[in-house]
Formats: sequence, C-alpha cells, structure tokens
Amino acid sequence: MSSQDASRSFRPSHLVIRGGVLIDETGERHADVRVDGGVIVEVGSSIEVPSAATVIDATGMIVAPGLVDLHAHLREPGGEEAETILTGARGAALGGFTAVVAMPNTSPAVDCPSVVRDVLALAEGAACEIVPAAAMTVDRAGSLLVPMGELAAMGVRVFTDDGNGVQDPSLMRRIMEYATGLSAVTGGAPVVLAQHCETDALSAGGHMNEGEWSTRLGIGGLPAESETLMMRRDIALARRTGAHIHFQHVSTAEGVAIVRAAKEEGLRITAEVTTHHFTLTDAACAEYDPVFKVQPPLRTADDVAAIRAGLADGTIDAIATDHAPHEPHTKEFPFDQASAGMLGLESALAVALSELDLPVADIIGLMSWKPARIAGIGDRHGRPIARDEPANLIVVDPNESWTISGADMASRSQNTPYEGRHVTGRVLHTIVFGEHVVDQGVSSR
Amino acid sequence: MKDLLTIDQLGADGIREIMVTSDSFAEVCQRPIPKVPALRGKTVALMFFENSTRTRTSFETAAKRLSADIMNFSAASSSVNKGESLRDTVETIEAMGVDAVVVRHGSSGAPQQISRWAASSVINAGDGWHAHPTQALLDVYTIREEGRSFEGLHIAIVGDIAHSRVARSNIEAFRLLGAEVTVVAPPTLLPPHVEALGAKVSNDLDAVLNDTDVLYLLRMQHERMDQALVPSLGEYHRAFGLTPERARRLSDSALIMHPGPMNRGIEISPEVIDDPRVRVLNQVTNGVIVRMAVLYLVIGSAAADRAAS
Repeated sequence: MSSQDASRSFRPSHLVIRGGVLIDETGERHADVRVDGGVIVEVGSSIEVPSAATVIDATGMIVAPGLVDLHAHLREPGGEEAETILTGARGAALGGFTAVVAMPNTSPAVDCPSVVRDVLALAEGAACEIVPAAAMTVDRAGSLLVPMGELAAMGVRVFTDDGNGVQDPSLMRRIMEYATGLSAVTGGAPVVLAQHCETDALSAGGHMNEGEWSTRLGIGGLPAESETLMMRRDIALARRTGAHIHFQHVSTAEGVAIVRAAKEEGLRITAEVTTHHFTLTDAACAEYDPVFKVQPPLRTADDVAAIRAGLADGTIDAIATDHAPHEPHTKEFPFDQASAGMLGLESALAVALSELDLPVADIIGLMSWKPARIAGIGDRHGRPIARDEPANLIVVDPNESWTISGADMASRSQNTPYEGRHVTGRVLHTIVFGEHVVDQGVSSR
Repeated sequence: MKDLLTIDQLGADGIREIMVTSDSFAEVCQRPIPKVPALRGKTVALMFFENSTRTRTSFETAAKRLSADIMNFSAASSSVNKGESLRDTVETIEAMGVDAVVVRHGSSGAPQQISRWAASSVINAGDGWHAHPTQALLDVYTIREEGRSFEGLHIAIVGDIAHSRVARSNIEAFRLLGAEVTVVAPPTLLPPHVEALGAKVSNDLDAVLNDTDVLYLLRMQHERMDQALVPSLGEYHRAFGLTPERARRLSDSALIMHPGPMNRGIEISPEVIDDPRVRVLNQVTNGVIVRMAVLYLVIGSAAADRAAS
C-alpha cells in the first residue's frame, strides 16, 4: 500500500481550519490551515478563505495530525455480528483516528495475499485508512510461516499472531531471521513483528490478573511472568537476529522495565500500551462483570503506575486501543467463559487526555506520529502540519466534557469498560486525505 | 436480604440471625412430621450447573420441609451445553415463575451475575473456587452446637485451599465470629497472595496440631495430581492427612470436620473416621436445618420487600 493507494477512495474537501492551536512533532503554534485536493495547501496566520472553502472554526481547539491505532480488531471477515470494517472505521474516525492497523485474527485469518485483498476491498468506503496486519504463522496456529515475502511485496509492514503469542522459540527465531531479509521486496522499508507476549503454559486456566483479587474471587490467575518470560525470550532472539520486535499491549511493571533496558541496549524494540492498562486495575473484576475481562488482563495499581512512568519517560512508544468488539451475549456468560476484550477506538483519546498527567503534545505523539512510523505509514500519517503534506488532521476540543456510553458508539458492540465515565476532550472534526469525514462529531461515512 | 451470595455480605450479625432462625428449624426437624407450611405456594428452582448430589439433596429436603414447590434444573439435561448464555438460561427459568433460585455453578461469580439479571432471590450453593456460604453456615452451626465460643478459637483448615470455595467462605465466617484461622497446605495448594484471605498460613500440619481446636479437612481432588500440584496422594496423606498418630496429638475436646465427600486414606485415615471427635454426620444434619433458615429468611424478606414497595 502506498499513500496514493490509501488516499484513492477519499473525496477531498476544500477546508479552512481557523483559529486553532496546531500541535505536531515540530511543536505548538497558532495558525490557520487550508486543505484542498487532499493535501495541506497553506498554513499561516489569518489566511484568506476562498469562496468554495468550508470554514471550520477551531478557536480554542487543538489541530493535530490524525491518530494512528496500532492495534484494533475490526472482526471482518468472519465476526461481522460484533463489528465490520466500516463500523469499526466509523468509530475510529469519530475517535480521531485517520488510520487503523487491523489485526489479522479474523476468520479466515489474514495470512495470505487473497485475504489481505479481501480486507482492502471491504475497506472501500471506510471512514479512515485501514492498514491490514498479516499473521506471522498460517492460521495463527504457530507452526508454519506465512508467505511474508509476498505479503510484504503487497505493502504489509506489520506481522503479528495477535491473540496468540508464538510459543515455539525456534519458530520465532526463524520468523525474525526471515523478516530481516525482506528489504528487497519492501524497497528498503522495515517490517515489524508485533508480538502478543503470553506464555501459554503459564496462563493456562487463567482469566484475570494473578494477584490478591484473583485469590479473593476464586478465578484462575494470569501471572505477570506469562508476559515477561516471552518478552525476555524475544529480546534474546532479537539481539541475535536484529529483527524489529514490537511488544503489543505491555501490561506489567516488569514488562515496562524490560522494554526500557532493551532500548538502553540499543535493540530495535518498540512497545505499545492500551488505555485500559493505564486506567483500570484488576479490582474492576470484583463484581464478576466480564466487560472487564481482557487479554492481557487488567493488572495492579503498581503496574498502572509503571506504565504511566513508561509513557512519561519515552520507554513506551505508543498508546493503542486493542479495540475488541464483542456481541453482548458473549459477555453474559460466567467470567471464565465470557469473551475477552473491550472497545477502545471512540474513547481512547479522551481517556488519555483525561487520565494522563502529560503534555497534550506528548499524548498526541504517542497516538499519532510515533505509532505511524512503527506501522510503516509515517509517510502519510502523523505528519507535520505543513504545506504539501497529506491532509490527515483532527480538530479536538480539549475542554468539552462528555460521558462515555456504549449505546452511543458507532461500533456494532457496546463493551466499553468506561460506561458512565466522565471525560474531557472531544474530537469534533476528522479529515482523512482531505475529506471532512467527521464534522462536529458526526461521521459522514 | 434478597440474595445470599457470600458470607461477607452477611457480616457477623447476619450469621447470628441465621443461627437463631436455624435453632427453631432444628426443633421442626425433631418433630414426628418434620414439616411446616412456611413457604407453601413458593417455588424454589434448584439450578445445578455442576453436579452435586449432596448439596442438591440437602437443599431439596430443606425446601420440602418448608412446603415449597421445587423445580429441578441440571446442566447435563439443559441447553447450557448448546451454547446458551447464562443470562438466557436464567431468564428462561424465571419466566416459569420462581421465588428463589439456588445456584451451583462451576464458574466463580456466576451467582453474582445471575443476581443482577434475576428478580427472584438467588442463593449461592457453591460457585467455582469462590464461595459456598451455606456450607460455612452449617459449619458455624455445628461448632456452635457444641457450645463453643468462636472468640479466640483456633481453627486449622487443611488441604487444597487454592481451589476451594469452602475454604474461602469458612475463613470469612470463622474470622467474622472472632476465630483465628490457619490454612495448612503445601505451597502449590495455596492461592497466590494467600494473605488476601486473612488467614495465617502454614505448610506444616504437625506444627499447628497441638494448638488446634477445630481441624477442618478439605477434600483432595484427584485431578490435582495431573497438574503437578502434589507428587502423589500417598505423599499428601503422609504430610497433610489425619493419621491415627496425629489424631492422638489432637486435644480431646477438638472437633474434626470435613465438608464431604471424604477420601478415606487421603485426607483422613480410615481408623480415624469413627473417632468421637469427628462431626461429619452432624454437619450433614445441620446442612438441612441451616438451609431451611436461609430459604425462609431469603424468600421471606424478598416477599416483605415486595410488599413494602
């Protein structure tokens, strides 16, 4: 996928965004922005409004590059009752995302070129760019390599068996080795191997964080070591192979420390955390409501604090959603039988802005230009707000308070863990390749 | 009290209220016709998602002695195996018209979830590894029947604490009443962060035996061997079983209890089962009495609540 392919289906609007504070990787400034033909054509103070242009009044608001989610489950093909690519993308755009990396744990799994083509075809008309990630192993079964070369040649840059960690260390070594030899087909662009770190033998029978709460509630625990053991293994293998490993949804304090040490060592390691892992703890499971069941599980207050520290000091590269829609009845089973996962796309930015004690520019960086680069779409998302850049932009009112409600979401599912929570910060406009996709909080796609 | 889900929910006063009510039903059970019309016209659904002949029979007997009608539901013969959600199953049973559902479920928390969806009263008859409040209540009744005060009483609970709903509920009940509880098990049969349960912890039965007023043995599940939690049942018996030698070291006034069914030769040596300090059959008798009290109080108070509103 190139920038041209990605922008093809969007219909450029002619817009002037007036009076906002621009925040991008280069810093913060007051300026107006004019968008036409899918690109930014003018940035300056008090720019003239052509008669054909629509004006967006951004007074008191933030204008930023669109957000990029490294980790969303759009459920299509195969899980359309929970979400479709179109409903997921609509929610994403409403949440300020201009690109979403779609996880390959669909049915069939995204493990060959034809399924990638299916996903891209299904994404025609989506409200943001859909970036298909492919599995690392056939059917995510952890035994055979997918045709990584063919997939990379099609533009796939993120490979992951998300939902499953690759258990076999020898296979993981081969995947890493093979991935480092693909520059001929990618034109030198790197590919990233995104690992769901979970050592199955240690998590067998577990349904929530192993700790005081699992003991009180009598629910089987998922120990922190289930995550950290695989992280340590992959770091050892990355040291040998030079592959770029991206750790998905790091949930433990020790996991954050492992990433920090690997970066100090100079390894090509990146890591994401989810909004729920820095805002909720395992105490949320006290009433046995499976809406709080997620993999990896909600951990302890110490883990939350370590993740926040990792976000503050740059150890963690990105905030992802791990948006995981589930049909309501699948959460109406006993806790140990209910499906795991929570919605995230429509609440992530507001939750991050409300909960994190970080400069707004840092939060946007963690959700925009940093993940854009990891996903291999840094040529078109998370760009500086400057002339000739692709117009992937959002306008955020940092002061608007609202209440999160699953029923109000664009998603086909309602499993938000933040039901009823008051948050501050709302995406009012989303512009994707110049198209005014979300206008005053309403999606046109 | 619309529901009985956990012991903590009752508090010490709630436990005492159930004990006092149980006393009057104990008298009923002594009569030639052990039956009262207290719950005539009420329907109690016994929803057993997990097999348990003993607990089901005990509840069924209790309900019959109160003249309630009984609806039996068991997972083996139901749509649960066909992928029906818990909520759908419960709403189906409720639609038939019930006043209380008695729930046994292999999954921790299922009764809590059911109580959020059900208008009728929910009584937890054991959920996963989480809670078994009526077992704890009948055990409290059994100790109380001996004229023992819980204040300062030393109770040792021995065995598979990690996977035991009985251990969790009994620790809560005994501690609420002022007893000092020690759990005794190899580390593999203790839950992580066992201190969260509020009991003292020992890996050495012999070290706590001399100071034990009530020795409470848990059933050892055979499948624990497959999970490498203990090397063998023989080794478990030698280290944590009540052998005749250990029984001799236990004080004359001590009580020996077990929630049943007992594994002879594993938790307890066959020679010890007939020891006069063993209260296993009293526990069974008291189970019916205490469950009568629970059914009566729960259904009665739910009816009173409805009348008030």
